[in-house]
Amino acid sequence: MNDFIAARSQMALSLGFHIVFSCIGMVMPFFMAVAHFYWLRTNDVVYRNITKAWSKGVAIFFATGAVSGTVLSFELGLLWPEFMKHAGPIFGMPFSLEGTAFFIEAIALGFFLYGWGRFNRWFHWFTGVVVGVSGLVSGILVVAANAWMNSPAGFDYINGQYLNIDPIKAMFNDAWFSQALHMCIAAFAATGFAVAGIHALMILKKKNIRFHTQSFRIAAVFACIAALLQPLSGDISAKDVAKRQPAKLAAMEAHFHTEAAAPLILGGIPDEEAKEVKYAIKLPGMLSFMVHSNFETPVNGLDKIPETDHPPVAITHYAFQVMVGLGMLLLMIAVCYFIAIWKKRSWMQQPWFLRAFVLATPMGFIAVEAGWTVTEVGRQPWIINGIMRTADAVTPMPGIAYSFYIFTAVYISLSLIVTFLLYRQIRMVGKLYDVSPSA
Amino acid sequence: MIYVVIAYLWAAILLYILLGGADFGAGIIEMFTSAKNKQYTRTTMYQAIGPVWEANHMWLIIAIVVLFVGFPQIYTTVSTHLHIPLVIMLFGIIARGTAFTFRNYDAVVDNMQKVYNKIFVYSSFVTPFFLGVIAASAVSGRIDTNAGDFLSAYVFSWLNWFSVTVGFFTVAICGYLAAIFIIGETRDDASKVRFIRKAKQMNVAAVVFGGLVFTAAKAEGIPLDKWLFDNVVGIMSLTAAVLSLILLWYLLLKKGKVYIIRVLAGFQVTMILLAITLRHYPNIVILKGGKYLSLMEHAGQERTIYSLAMALLLGSIFILPALFYLIYSFQKNKGQWDH
Repeated sequence: MNDFIAARSQMALSLGFHIVFSCIGMVMPFFMAVAHFYWLRTNDVVYRNITKAWSKGVAIFFATGAVSGTVLSFELGLLWPEFMKHAGPIFGMPFSLEGTAFFIEAIALGFFLYGWGRFNRWFHWFTGVVVGVSGLVSGILVVAANAWMNSPAGFDYINGQYLNIDPIKAMFNDAWFSQALHMCIAAFAATGFAVAGIHALMILKKKNIRFHTQSFRIAAVFACIAALLQPLSGDISAKDVAKRQPAKLAAMEAHFHTEAAAPLILGGIPDEEAKEVKYAIKLPGMLSFMVHSNFETPVNGLDKIPETDHPPVAITHYAFQVMVGLGMLLLMIAVCYFIAIWKKRSWMQQPWFLRAFVLATPMGFIAVEAGWTVTEVGRQPWIINGIMRTADAVTPMPGIAYSFYIFTAVYISLSLIVTFLLYRQIRMVGKLYDVSPSA
Repeated sequence: MIYVVIAYLWAAILLYILLGGADFGAGIIEMFTSAKNKQYTRTTMYQAIGPVWEANHMWLIIAIVVLFVGFPQIYTTVSTHLHIPLVIMLFGIIARGTAFTFRNYDAVVDNMQKVYNKIFVYSSFVTPFFLGVIAASAVSGRIDTNAGDFLSAYVFSWLNWFSVTVGFFTVAICGYLAAIFIIGETRDDASKVRFIRKAKQMNVAAVVFGGLVFTAAKAEGIPLDKWLFDNVVGIMSLTAAVLSLILLWYLLLKKGKVYIIRVLAGFQVTMILLAITLRHYPNIVILKGGKYLSLMEHAGQERTIYSLAMALLLGSIFILPALFYLIYSFQKNKGQWDH
């Protein structure tokens, strides 16, 4: 493995790991706040137990997310010094604000986790809400920094120099809103379906049914609203990418040749040599419609872009298909859920209905990872789109492959331990929070 | 505005040494506690640092963000040439942060606790050790930006006696800070006496390693004595540190007021940091061949520094009151919470 690929893999691994933990860390507090609210309002002890049980999950995920985030702030310099030397002063603004948001989150979490019975009940509740809000703000800021790499702004690039830096303009670059919106909704959908799925499984196993049913409902509502909204945000994102990063869009769609009434390609195997997609379903004119809202307008293909600037087509295309496909599945489950709420209450107890949620447990997160792959691999060969190549940014230090192997081992063991801990937390629900049905 | 940024950088480093250091020290103390007292030590420390422990480590993030936004060349030079100790330190941070949380949030208490404890204790030692190594290497003049071969570019930049002794010195300081802090957290006299003894031992260790740092500096040809003693501020701050140390020993022997002891220990560390940093200011990295990386010359453009300073000022309005209230509320009623 050469050092460049190793550095990219290590970065991908670290971010792929961090993204899961930070999504859960920023979304779970909202679920918790809802359960906590019901507990304060109704004095129904089940809700207190749910809040406490979830807060343990949050503590585990927050700690893991915090350390993996700390690692990332160093890895930027360890792996991409040339990039950070120039980019740091330009896109640093969201990171400096994120420092604050993250700090507030850590403080609020201290209040929340250790504050049971020590503060005014509503103040305690409020600290839980602060954990969620500051987590969400952190997430938005970090995504804004990533958006800058896709849509560089706030400086003039003249003769290889980065002049007239304006950090505020850099932060509010053209891509920040569509990317942050898409990521936040994705975080709610992914975490919501993961949590709902686990509780659905426990309901199917007939364990602590009341506890798990109430938990399931809180998580499922968040998840299903997010799943309904996500296609809309995806549409905004796709139109945005088409405008700013035509190469990325072409790779996502495996759209090799510029043509009028461009077809939407579903599935298939892109052949980058022959510049064609085998075994795909092609919906004529649909791509033109999605990008330009007109079935006839031509869509630029990869042939309009110099070969040296092409992103890897196959990976980007597959990842995009996986993301959209899973998004559609989750959308269907969400529609069923709302039908169940409004028309068919009886579905709620049906095994097939719960099983659908159990199946959906990992889907949101797989979609998140796939979407992350689309945005990062689709930007290649650039680290700053159109300005700096990833290959020019990498550290001169040799032997990064070994560092990658060690990081892989560490992150795999961490994932195993976290899964193990979660399993133990869930298994202990009966012992820790058992309440008789009359309570 | 550049001064605001530099002041924040310094304050973040100081607070990380004091708060994060005491936090690392908790693990170091645990390492040097006899088996029969380990569980008590652990519980006391967990109650003391539990609520604030995540916040303690935010100071490192603040410092690193200030560096990469405001002083990118300093950040990238250090992270390129000190790649290896930085990565080891990161593994320490990962292991420690997760082990601490896992041992408190494992729903089942069984043999896994032993694993978490082991990881926590070792990483509490490794992390500050390498932090010390990194800090020492930054000023040791061993970073060679023109080095041709792997060893001199990426290994001998940090592997020398000076850096290693500073590493041990840092560990001892952390243990010392933690012991001093925990004295005030104990509720019975026997354990108070035990932690006072720990504090004395750690203090002796810090002084011994401090001496070794000087010896190593001499051997490596690093003019540490000159840096510290050829200027008024250096002499004054070290004298103040020594005087407060004498007072502190007196109070330890007399079992004096805990808060004064804490303030004195914090004061000593502050003075040591002041003495080391001020002599070189505004240079913070010394490269091979006597070149410097300076906070003034290698700062980002004006707009960057301005917005960074604003972000930091804005941040403190939110962070500081909340943090004080957090520390205050949990110091006020120690050990009374259920969670």
